[in-house]
Amino acid sequence: MFKVIRLALKNLTRYKRRTLLTGLLIAFGVVAVILFVGLSGSFTRVVVGQITDSVLSHLQVHRKGYVASIDNLPLDRLIPSPALQKLEDILAQTPGVAAVSPRIKFAAMLSNYVQTTGARLNGIDPAKEQAAAPLLASRVKDAAHPGTLLKPGEVLLPELLAKGMGIKTGDTVVLVATNRQGSVNGMTFKVAGVVESLMGPGGRDGYLHIKDAATLLRMTTPEISEVAVRAQSFAGVDKLAKALRAALGPIKNKKGQPLFELHTWDQLTPFHNVVRMIDIMILGIKIILIAVVLISVLNVMMMSVYERVREIGALAAMGTSPGRIRGLFVAEGFCLGLVSSLAGAAIGLGALLVLNLTGVEVHFGMANQVFALSPTIAPLEVVWACVIVLAVSVLASLQPAAKAARLEPVEALRHV
Amino acid sequence: MALVSLENVGKTYHMDEVEVPALAGVSLAIAEGSFAALVGPSGSGKTTALNLIGCLDKPSSGRVTVAGQDVSLLGRRQGAAFRGQKLGFVFQEFNLLPVLSVAENVEYPLLMIRDLPKAQCGPAVARVLEAVGMSDQAAKYPAQLSGGQKQRVAVARALVGNPALVLADEPTANLDGATAHRVIALMKQMRDEFGTTFVFSTHDPRVMDQAEVLFHLQDGRLVDAPAIAGEVGHV
Repeated sequence: MFKVIRLALKNLTRYKRRTLLTGLLIAFGVVAVILFVGLSGSFTRVVVGQITDSVLSHLQVHRKGYVASIDNLPLDRLIPSPALQKLEDILAQTPGVAAVSPRIKFAAMLSNYVQTTGARLNGIDPAKEQAAAPLLASRVKDAAHPGTLLKPGEVLLPELLAKGMGIKTGDTVVLVATNRQGSVNGMTFKVAGVVESLMGPGGRDGYLHIKDAATLLRMTTPEISEVAVRAQSFAGVDKLAKALRAALGPIKNKKGQPLFELHTWDQLTPFHNVVRMIDIMILGIKIILIAVVLISVLNVMMMSVYERVREIGALAAMGTSPGRIRGLFVAEGFCLGLVSSLAGAAIGLGALLVLNLTGVEVHFGMANQVFALSPTIAPLEVVWACVIVLAVSVLASLQPAAKAARLEPVEALRHV
Repeated sequence: MALVSLENVGKTYHMDEVEVPALAGVSLAIAEGSFAALVGPSGSGKTTALNLIGCLDKPSSGRVTVAGQDVSLLGRRQGAAFRGQKLGFVFQEFNLLPVLSVAENVEYPLLMIRDLPKAQCGPAVARVLEAVGMSDQAAKYPAQLSGGQKQRVAVARALVGNPALVLADEPTANLDGATAHRVIALMKQMRDEFGTTFVFSTHDPRVMDQAEVLFHLQDGRLVDAPAIAGEVGHV
């Protein structure tokens, strides 16, 4: 085997420039895959991390039917106290749950005594919310209490809204809300900070204390719009969702229908479609790599066979078996793919390292969001890219190699 | 018993719808240890006869026997195996592998055809390189050699596996007169040293006279009894 590989490597040096160009083409393809997978993977991780860690958390549990009309922020589909207690018990007993944050979501009128506008608000328990959405605090600008989101009597306002109305931290505003029964109530709040906007649902919401929300909505007993659940690991979200669905499924309402509905983060944000699009683009890049390798190796090997017909004839005449001749050419394709893919992997990983050292920032969306990327690639992805190149190289060599093995020595020796 | 025997051998090539007879009714025998030449003008059938003896082609009629084996019965793989074990080849164009050194070229039949371990190839390679006077050029590559040197290497490569028969098709066609003489003399010397039977084809009158047995071919037929009457050749 090694002697065949050794001879194949030597044969690749016959036409150094051609081998080099083909190798560079293949290596470039591998570099493109590594860079694209690294950058897009990092972008996806950062954005998904932002969405889940500062707004959605990993999972959300609502009363059945809430998500279908979530844009209206309905107050007639809240989770009542007894059901909430059951839900919290289940969440406490389910392995893999890291944090739980109940929220009251509602629409209100916001006034700074000069202007009035509508606002979407979340009533939260600051400590629980920080555990379930740990990056929310990093989105709060001009925070009155760095490290703590807010205190009772305070509100965090969405950036665009605050900017438009000229509201700053420390200002007093009035929130007026209508509760489920149609009763209107108003309360004054002190602005404890401004929340940077983020793409997706909840990305332009304001926050206040959950007790203030209950008071503003005149709730006699606390009722909850949603419960955000953070999994112990992002990789374990699907497993946790499955376990929770199994546990929540048997809980029915008075009509015998499921009381709760559970959604994972990807079911709640349209960015999931961007992630899917990125995955499709990665697949596309890989298909292009396969095409590049297939065409270039096939071309090189066909040229190689055509140029060496007499030599193949001589080797066959001397007694080299058709299988060995086939093996020699397949080994050439294999070696070309191996060396090129290893070179491409080394260059690609080096480029990722450089990008990590220099830093990459991506501006995204209308709200001047800047994501600092740390492009990395899983070792398995690199191995797969190299394995794909190797497999395609061998595949592309099969036909020329078979042609070489089929050559009749007499005909081949006569070839000019 | 003859090492090579052709019994009423005919070979016809089919080119499109035209039949081109290359050999017709050729019978000859070559004894072991001979230094024989197939001579004749271009198109006389020398190469066809060598191809048949070398198991590279099959006769259209008649029987070709080499080392007791009816070569017509060998399939593609069996033919390759037979050639690898029993035969050595010297080509007009040398056909050395340009990416291999002289020693590696000579080593090729042992390493890549007979699948011997590399360690076992060394002594045999050294022996034949010494015999053809190319020991000091072992590390060079074919591009660094003259035509005569390349053919010496080709002879060494043909001999390294200690074959029963070495076939050389126009081995001097690409060499000048003096070098051609030296190469034929070398082949003869190798026959003497290793006892290997040599059969070569040539149309060069300058080297014909070095053969011990001459088979004259013309238009695909043997036209004469062996010109130098050895005890081996006959029609």
